[in-house]
Amino acid sequence: MIELRGIVKKYVLGEETVLALAGVDLFIGRNEYVALIGPSGSGKSTLMNIIGCLDSPSAGQYILNGRDTSSLRDDELAIVRNREIGFIFQSFHLLPRQTALQNVMQPLVYRRMPPAERRERAAHALEKVGLGDRLDHRPNQLSGGQRQRVAVARALVGEPSLLLADEPTGNLDSRTSREIMALFDALHSQGQTVVVVTHEPDIAAHCQRTIRVRDGLVVEDSLNPPRAA
Amino acid sequence: MNLLAEAFSAALASLNAHRLRSFLTTLGILIGTMAVIAVVSVLQGFSDSISNQFSDLGSNTLTLDAINEQENFRTGRINRITFDDVETLRYRVPGISRVAPIIVPQLGGAAYRGRTTTPQILGATEESQDVLGVDASIGRYITASDDRNGRRIVVIGVDVRDELRMPKNPVGEYLLIGREWFRVVGLLEKRGEIFGFSQDNRVFIPFSVARSLTGTFERPFMEVSFTVENLAELAQVRERANRAVRLSRKLAPNAEPDFEIKAADSFIKQFNQITATATAVLAGIVGISLLVGGIGIMNIMLVSVTERTREIGILKALGATRRDILIQFLLEAALLSLLGGLVGIVLGLLAGMGIASLIPNFPPAHVPVWVMLAAAGFSALVGVVFGIAPASKAASLDPIEALRYE
Repeated sequence: MIELRGIVKKYVLGEETVLALAGVDLFIGRNEYVALIGPSGSGKSTLMNIIGCLDSPSAGQYILNGRDTSSLRDDELAIVRNREIGFIFQSFHLLPRQTALQNVMQPLVYRRMPPAERRERAAHALEKVGLGDRLDHRPNQLSGGQRQRVAVARALVGEPSLLLADEPTGNLDSRTSREIMALFDALHSQGQTVVVVTHEPDIAAHCQRTIRVRDGLVVEDSLNPPRAA
Repeated sequence: MNLLAEAFSAALASLNAHRLRSFLTTLGILIGTMAVIAVVSVLQGFSDSISNQFSDLGSNTLTLDAINEQENFRTGRINRITFDDVETLRYRVPGISRVAPIIVPQLGGAAYRGRTTTPQILGATEESQDVLGVDASIGRYITASDDRNGRRIVVIGVDVRDELRMPKNPVGEYLLIGREWFRVVGLLEKRGEIFGFSQDNRVFIPFSVARSLTGTFERPFMEVSFTVENLAELAQVRERANRAVRLSRKLAPNAEPDFEIKAADSFIKQFNQITATATAVLAGIVGISLLVGGIGIMNIMLVSVTERTREIGILKALGATRRDILIQFLLEAALLSLLGGLVGIVLGLLAGMGIASLIPNFPPAHVPVWVMLAAAGFSALVGVVFGIAPASKAASLDPIEALRYE
């Protein structure tokens, strides 16, 4: 489903060229549950951005669901993000002036979906994450865990092929973190492909597979031992 | 359409989130629009009333008038229209239907029961009723028979009646004009003022009477209005009249004319020209104020884009294309400017009405609908034009950078 072939990403900072990714080959299949780990500066974030179609590689090929995205223009990438990727961020990144329901409806706006259908699907997605009674709350009326669940609902509402979470529990306490990870586990068991970028071993341990990045290269790619349920 | 409605409500919500700032930002547009509407409403009301007052003079009316330079008044060699000129127009020019000469005899003031006033005294024939559009509201106007028989009758203006404290219906009263008694037969329709000069402080007496009361060696001021039979022939009749009057005044073939034949609407044309100039000057000032307003909007939109960088990043991550972002911000700028414009239009209307009602005898303010629509459209346009830079800045933000923005 996700196939990276010789992905290179260079940044030009002043006169210096930084090699963030030095040729990454990677395959992630459908319904995999992957942890992407690595220290800061390892190229982990860059790799996530490329997988999430927020950025294009300097060289190499990225094939998402059989389609080569490496040469797409910005607006085409926006459409791919809208259809294929569900993002979850460390600091939730909800739209502050909008209600939970409006936040979740937002991705569907860009699909030109009729409002009634949009509303129905968004409400359903919020119910799925246990916030069926918080539809009209604004982010500042919700707790951190609830906010992240709104974000999860927003990521899922468009039925993306990939759920991409960037340090999803970084701003949460351990109890809420466990709740969110339990939600991810459940989604995975329902068939969702999940990639979690993290630096916490606890979180990575939830996943089936760990990919470790260092110095712009994949240095470890291993299957985790099955967890005791 | 759906997308636009979406963006519209998003723009409204975002303006609403910063009500005070939005208001202050659009103040420039608001004041600019208000100024235009206020001035246009006053000017237009004024112009309407002028046109109405002159619309009585049909477009088929021409006026023969003497030309006098400063030099003529200094030397006393004043050119005047003569009775011969009147006869010439009446009998020697084909295509003229009615000739209405007006004579201004120097008779002095008018008196009634010990009170005196100095109205404008005009000698006119029956034709002036149609040609000049004057008529009586009470009683009657001068008739051909009055003129033929030299009856000492007078039709007076409202101001004359009030000044002399005559009865509301002055018909039948006697008025001393100069040293002659005149019987009042009618009250003229009220005309109001033009440029602050009352048009009701005048009396009409029969032309023949005015002429007979003028001394033999006096040459009274005269002016002749006449109508053409066929409006299509206006230019030809004018030329014919011109040649005939040259002959009657015995002008040499290459001499400068000492008279002119004007179309009656020339005053309206002149006035409209003044209005147009005033409007052009106004448009310039408004253009500057809208430019300043537009720059204000651009400035605050740029601030807004910077403030909302992360929000833009989020929207891009969720799949907003450049166009989605562009439309949202453009619409926000346009809406901001349009709202300012709409409030400005309303306040301008109120201001115009206030000004018109504060000045006594000023015609009511009036703004044509198209001016209001144009003002609204133009203010929205200013928003769009000055929203382009901020909106395209927002649209071209890099999503990764934008998401990282604190």
